Amino acid sequence: MKSLRLLRRNFEHGVHPAHHKNQTEDLPIQRVPFVRDYVMPLGQHIGVPSQPVVAAGERVLRGQLIAEPGGFVSTGLHSPVTGTVREIGDFRGVDGGFAPAIGIEADAFATQQVEAGAGTDWQSLSLESFIEAVQMAGIVGMGGAAFPAHVKLSVPDGVRIKHLLVNGAECEPYLTNDHRLMLERPEALLEGAEIVRQKLGAEETVIGIEANKPDAIEIIRQHIPPGQPVRVVPLKVKYPQGAEKMMIKSVFGKEVPAGQLPRDVEVNVNNVGTIVAIADYFLRGMPLIERVLTVAGPGVTYPANLIVPLGTPVREVVRFCGGLKGDSREIIMGGPMMGRPIASLDVPVLKGCSGVLVFTKAETSRRKEYPCIRCGRCLEACPYFLNPSRFARLARARMFDDMKAFNIFDCVECGCCTFACPSNIPIVQLIRTAKDDLTHRKESDG
Amino acid sequence: MKKKDPDLLLFHAPLLRQGMTTPKAMLDVLYALLPATAASLWFFGLSALLILGSCIAGAVLAEWLFADREARSESLRDASGVLTGLLLGLTLPPGLPMWMAFLGGFVAISLGKVIWGGLGHNLFNPALLGRAFLLATFPIAMTTWVAPGGDGFASVYTSNLALPFMQAQVDAVTSATPLGMLKFDQEVTPLANLMFGKTGGSLGETSGLLLLLGGIYLWLRRDLDWRIPVSILLTVVIFCAVLSLFDATRFPTPLFSVFSGGLLLGAIYMATDPVTSPVTPRGAWIFGIGVGVLVMLIRVFGGLPEGVMYAILLMNAATPLIDRYTQPRVFGRGVDSP
Repeated sequence: MKSLRLLRRNFEHGVHPAHHKNQTEDLPIQRVPFVRDYVMPLGQHIGVPSQPVVAAGERVLRGQLIAEPGGFVSTGLHSPVTGTVREIGDFRGVDGGFAPAIGIEADAFATQQVEAGAGTDWQSLSLESFIEAVQMAGIVGMGGAAFPAHVKLSVPDGVRIKHLLVNGAECEPYLTNDHRLMLERPEALLEGAEIVRQKLGAEETVIGIEANKPDAIEIIRQHIPPGQPVRVVPLKVKYPQGAEKMMIKSVFGKEVPAGQLPRDVEVNVNNVGTIVAIADYFLRGMPLIERVLTVAGPGVTYPANLIVPLGTPVREVVRFCGGLKGDSREIIMGGPMMGRPIASLDVPVLKGCSGVLVFTKAETSRRKEYPCIRCGRCLEACPYFLNPSRFARLARARMFDDMKAFNIFDCVECGCCTFACPSNIPIVQLIRTAKDDLTHRKESDG
Repeated sequence: MKKKDPDLLLFHAPLLRQGMTTPKAMLDVLYALLPATAASLWFFGLSALLILGSCIAGAVLAEWLFADREARSESLRDASGVLTGLLLGLTLPPGLPMWMAFLGGFVAISLGKVIWGGLGHNLFNPALLGRAFLLATFPIAMTTWVAPGGDGFASVYTSNLALPFMQAQVDAVTSATPLGMLKFDQEVTPLANLMFGKTGGSLGETSGLLLLLGGIYLWLRRDLDWRIPVSILLTVVIFCAVLSLFDATRFPTPLFSVFSGGLLLGAIYMATDPVTSPVTPRGAWIFGIGVGVLVMLIRVFGGLPEGVMYAILLMNAATPLIDRYTQPRVFGRGVDSP
């Protein structure tokens, strides 16, 4: 343990929320049973929505392509089950509004095995066809952002990637899906990392893991095949250690310049879930049709780590976990620091959904707000060294343009400031309102 | 039977918070001041109680009177009014008439806080503004000091009970403060007396050790920016050390300067008021050094024996400017693109 502590890397600022991971960190990943109805939204990644290639009434197989990329920043979509396309139309989405999706009814008698089953000879693929394959496989960033993975892997000419950084920090409280994935599938993780490393031409793979997961660090180290250039780096337990720019700072000591990307400091960052999805596609022919997520929080009867077919209604996931406790008040998709609340149990599990967290009255009662006393706790929390208290003040006065001068768009909405504020000022919400106003006004002026 | 779904709330993330709230932080400062308050009762008896009580009553009355009708009980709940009253009371001489103390508390909140827009908006430390008002209005009463440990706990200086606008003569044994004795009589008070409180002075400034104790509590609770007291005290120590190189007999020693007068009370409890001090770490250092230099300039070269109040008020005025020029470098900005 002592040597481990010496090796822990760090970024500056950040916060230390209680991590609440003991609810699920020792629970092996279980597969949820198939249900009848699935909804696959066409826009479950950042970018252009996918274009359906099936029609209502058509029979589809599990793993079959049902929508193709609608552009470069877009991905393929595959049927999570063998069954029949019921409807292509608007379904209630995670954000509360309607969005186009493909509704599929599962075949009650299908075995639900993936037909494809065979991998691809990834070594003989050119870089272009490799990237296209990732796009068609529907793989997106599995940490929560759901940014298409192939876009991240497309490096412009002349830019060199030296390090492949695999993000196993899992700094959000409650979530243990990445932790379990690393424990249970270290071979797949290392295989996927090697595929990506070779395709990017990177010198080494670095797997960054928060030091509160010593078993994952140990197990991955044991599985590293001889000759594969992999380093596992234990990181200090601190939120937001898993934000990619913070992690780069922790591991390599480099700051990604504002407005630039990790590749500008020769690093490519991918979440462990993304890397495993890449291995599953290239080695086992399995496109992205299911994902691991954590169901936890004080309102869940039996918390669990689950492997869930995409498009499964949250209602069925929660039912599998014994249902909601009586005092459940709010359901968050993702982590408690950056996740999004959902308005209905009927929304589907998406590619970017790392957790379904159920909270009760204790966490969601309205907190009394006090005046800002300029205590500076938010400044000491902000990993970007911004001045959140000033943002809150300016946003309340609707002085949005002044906020631009103070680099509001450098804010990644990690929530550290709001977590730290003793006056319960909803700083992140105010910042989001301001950003929204600034971007929309720009559009209407434009 | 179909079970009804719960009505789901849509509270925005982050759902988690650290445990500290603003009223709790205020209470912490009150707790930290308890030892020094108890000491003032020990040294000055019931008089201390009367003065502190009057200040707090004045402060709380102003807070209540000027608050919005709907928010009245709320504005008292954050304890900031009580804290201002107590802090002001601790800076007052023990023989001060109660009505003056009451007026000081009232002015501290009304002119020091409410008029600026309430908690969080004032430029100057309210307690010190109240004290400045009293010093300007009642210069004699504010500079008449009685010796501690008079006639036991139950005794009250009759001057405490003077009626409004009837300036009573202080009847107790008057005693100069250590700084006054140094300035006007070139007489040095033993350090042990300064530390444990056997000196003349205002209610809360007599016992340096107890003030330090409260400061350590606040630091452990992360309620105060340690940079401010540390930079103030270091500046004073260095300033004195340099002066004593020139003439060790004429100028105060570093330890004497730290433990005499209101320096510890000001450095730990007043200069660190988050509302009126810089939020940036570099700003905190500049602010502290500024206070330290001003204190020593006033004490050594000015016409007054003590300068902590004016030093802090002056640096309060400079706080917005300091904040503006000491913003930290934003992550990823100002680094060279590779």
